[in-house]
Amino acid sequence: MLLYSSFERVGEAFLKRATIMLKIKNLYASVDGQEILKGINLEIKPGEVHAIMGPNGSGKSTLANVLAGKQEYEVTAGEVTFLGENLLDKAPETRAKDGLFLSFQYPVEIPGVPMANFIKTAVNEHRVHRGEKELTAGQFLKLMREKMELVEMKTKLTNRSVNEGFSGGEKKKNEIFQMAMLEPKLAILDETDSGLDIDALRTVANGVNALKSPETSSIVITHYQRLLDYIVPDFVHILYHGKIVKTAGKELALELEEKGYDWIKSEKGN
Amino acid sequence: MSVLVEKADLSLKYIAHYNKVKETLFEGSPDVLNAQRKKAFQDFVMQGIPTNKNEKYKYTNLHPHFLPNFSFIHQKEAQKTDPNAIFHCDVPQLDSYVKTTTNGWFNESKTEGDLPEGVILESLEKMMKEQPGLVEKYYAKIAKSDTDAMVALNTAFAKDGYFLYVPKNVVCEQPIQLINFLEAPKDSFVTQRNLVVLEQGADVKLILCDHTLNLNRYLCNAVTEIFVGENANLDYYTLQNQHNRTANISSVFVQQERDSVVTSHTSSFHGGLIRNNMEFVLNGENTEANVFGMAFLDKKQHVDNFTQIIHKKPNGRSNQVYKNVLDNEATGAFSGLIHVVRDAQNTNAFQQNNNLLLSDTATMQTKPQLIIDADDVKCSHGATVGQIDEEALFYLRARGINEDKARLMMMNAFMHEVVRKISVEALRDRIDELVERRLNGEVAKCHECAYQCEV
Ligand SMILES: Nc1ncnc2c1ncn2[C@@H]1O[C@H](COP(=O)(O)OP(=O)(O)O)[C@@H](O)[C@H]1O
Ligand SMILES: [Mg+2]
Repeated sequence: MLLYSSFERVGEAFLKRATIMLKIKNLYASVDGQEILKGINLEIKPGEVHAIMGPNGSGKSTLANVLAGKQEYEVTAGEVTFLGENLLDKAPETRAKDGLFLSFQYPVEIPGVPMANFIKTAVNEHRVHRGEKELTAGQFLKLMREKMELVEMKTKLTNRSVNEGFSGGEKKKNEIFQMAMLEPKLAILDETDSGLDIDALRTVANGVNALKSPETSSIVITHYQRLLDYIVPDFVHILYHGKIVKTAGKELALELEEKGYDWIKSEKGN
Repeated sequence: MSVLVEKADLSLKYIAHYNKVKETLFEGSPDVLNAQRKKAFQDFVMQGIPTNKNEKYKYTNLHPHFLPNFSFIHQKEAQKTDPNAIFHCDVPQLDSYVKTTTNGWFNESKTEGDLPEGVILESLEKMMKEQPGLVEKYYAKIAKSDTDAMVALNTAFAKDGYFLYVPKNVVCEQPIQLINFLEAPKDSFVTQRNLVVLEQGADVKLILCDHTLNLNRYLCNAVTEIFVGENANLDYYTLQNQHNRTANISSVFVQQERDSVVTSHTSSFHGGLIRNNMEFVLNGENTEANVFGMAFLDKKQHVDNFTQIIHKKPNGRSNQVYKNVLDNEATGAFSGLIHVVRDAQNTNAFQQNNNLLLSDTATMQTKPQLIIDADDVKCSHGATVGQIDEEALFYLRARGINEDKARLMMMNAFMHEVVRKISVEALRDRIDELVERRLNGEVAKCHECAYQCEV
C-alpha cells in the first residue's frame, strides 16, 4: 500500500511537471499604489523558451520581481502557479529552492559578504531543501570551478564580496554563474544581455544553453534580437503598459528589431 | 526634593564615603599616590558626577548607575577567583601569557610560559612599593583629574590594577592577556588603575577581557595610562563581555612618541552601560594611531564610545573606524574629536562611524568634531545610521538563503570591516565566531555561561 501511494505521488508530480511549468492568470500588481501589471496571462511548459520584449517602463522587471517574490510589489489580483503550486504564497527563498531563478537586471553589490561563502550557502540551502546532503568543501570547490569555466568567470572574483567592484559584464556573468550553480527549473533572465559586448553575450548565451533541457524553461527579457540569435525562443511576447499585447513566434523579435515599438504603440493607441 | 539636590546628594554620597574610608585608602600607598589621591578628591568635589549638561556626557546618563548602595573594595582580599575561571573568558585557546584581576585587584598567580627578559607584568600597588621611581615617572601624568570627574574619582580611590613595562627594544612575540573579573558577594563599586609603559622600540600585543562572574550589580570605573616610546608598537585589544547589570566606565589615555604605532581595537559584546573614553595624544612626529571599535547592543543596553585624537606634531596619521549594531531599545553614541594643533602639519586624520539599526526603537547618536589649527592637513569623517539594505537582503533570499540567515550574513558583512582589523589571527578567528554567535542571538560568552542577561 505504502509503496503504491508513494508511486502515485511521484507519478502525479511528474505529470504536473510534464504539462505546465508556470501559469500566470490575470495578474495585477502595483507599487506605491500605482498599478503596473494590468492583467498578465502567460503559460510556460517545460522545455520552452519565452522571450518578453517591450519598451522601457512597460513592467518587464516588475513581472520578474513579482515572480521572484519581492515584497514592495503588491499583487492585487490574479494567480500564479509554479509546478502546480501556488507561487505567490511562498517566501522568495522557497521559490528559489523550488527551482525559480531570477537573473537580476541590476545585481546589487553586497560588501562584506564573500562570494564563495554566499554561493556555498545558497547551494547547500537548495540541497537541504531537496533532502540532499550538504556539499563538502572539496565537492563545492570542484563544482564551483566547473561552473566558472562554463561562464568564463575569472577566479579572482570568487575571492571578492558579492558583485563588489565587478564590471557590468562581470555582474551579468556572475548571475549566470549562480544560475549554473543552482540549476533552476525556470530561469528568468532580466536584460542579462544589456551592456554586454558580443563575446560576453556569447558566453552568457552558451551558459544558458548548457543548462537547457526538456525539463527546464526560461523567460528571456530583452530589448535586442541579438541575444535571441543564440537563445532561440519558442514564443515572443510584447509587454506594453502592463499587458501582453502581442504573442507570436521568434519572427516577432525580428520584426521588432526592424520596426521598433512605435507600430505597437500606435496599434494600441498612445 | 528637587532634582538638583538629589544629584548633588549622589555626589555627596561618594564624597562622604571617601572621607569615611580615607585612612584605609592612604594606608600602604606610597606618598606620590596619596598626594595625587588628595588632589584628585578635591577635583572630584569640584566637579561631581558628570550630568548630561556636561558636553562630554551629553548622550550618557551616569546617574542611575551611581544610585545603588554599592559596597567598596578598598583592601586586597584573599584571592577567591578560581584560576579555572579564566576559561570563562572566550579566548583561552589563544597562545597568550595570561594574568587576571578581580574587582580591580591584580591576582598573583603562576602563569605558564615566560615573559621576555626585563618585561614586568605586575600589581600596580606592589610595583609602587618595589620600584616607586619607575611608577612615579608616569602615574597620573596624562590622566588628568581636574578636567575629568571620572578620572578624579578613580584617582581618589585608586589602589591597584596592572602595571606593564616593556624595556627598550624588547619585542614580545607572545600576546599578553589580562582577564578582568568582577566577582563580589554584594553589589560593588570597583576602581581599577592600570599603567602601561613601552620604552623606545618596544613591541607588545595586549589583550584585555572584561567579565562578570556573578549576577550582582557592578559599577566599574577604570583608568589606564599608556606611554608609548619612540618607534614602539602597541596592539591593544579589548573585549567587553559583562552582564546587563554592569556599568563599565573605562578611560584610556595614550601618549605616543615619534614613529610609534598604536592600534586599539574594542569589541563590546555585552554590558548594561559601557562608556569607553579613548584619548590619544600624538606627541611626536610621524606617529600613527589606529582606533577601532565595534559594539553589539540589544535590550536596553547602552554603549558610548568617546574618542579624542590630538595631533601635536607633524606627519601624524590617525584612523578611526567604529561600528555598532543596535536592536530592541538599545541606545548608542559615538563622539569622535580630531584636534590638529598648529604644529601638526601634514597630518592625515580619518574617522568613520557606521551604525545599523535593527529595530525602530533603537537609537544612535553620532557626533564627529574636528578642530583643525594647522593648514596642511588631510582630514575626513563620515557617519551613517541605517537599516539593513533591503535590496541586498532580497538578492540573498532570491538565491534560496532564508531570511534569518540572510540577515545574519548582512550583519556579519557590516561588522567584518572592523573584525578584519585584528592582526592576531587566532584572536580574529575567535572574534569572528563571537560576532556570529552574538548576531545569531546567542550569548557570546563563555561556553558554559550560567547566567541570564535578561535583566
Ligand atoms: N520599486 C518601484 N517603485 C516605484 N515605481 C516602480 C518601481 N519599480 C518599477 N516602478 C515603475 O513601474 C514601471 C515599470 O517599471 P519596470 O518594471 O522596471 O519596467 P521595465 O523593466 O519594463 O523597463 C515604471 O513606470 C517604473 O517607474
Ligand atoms: Mg527592466
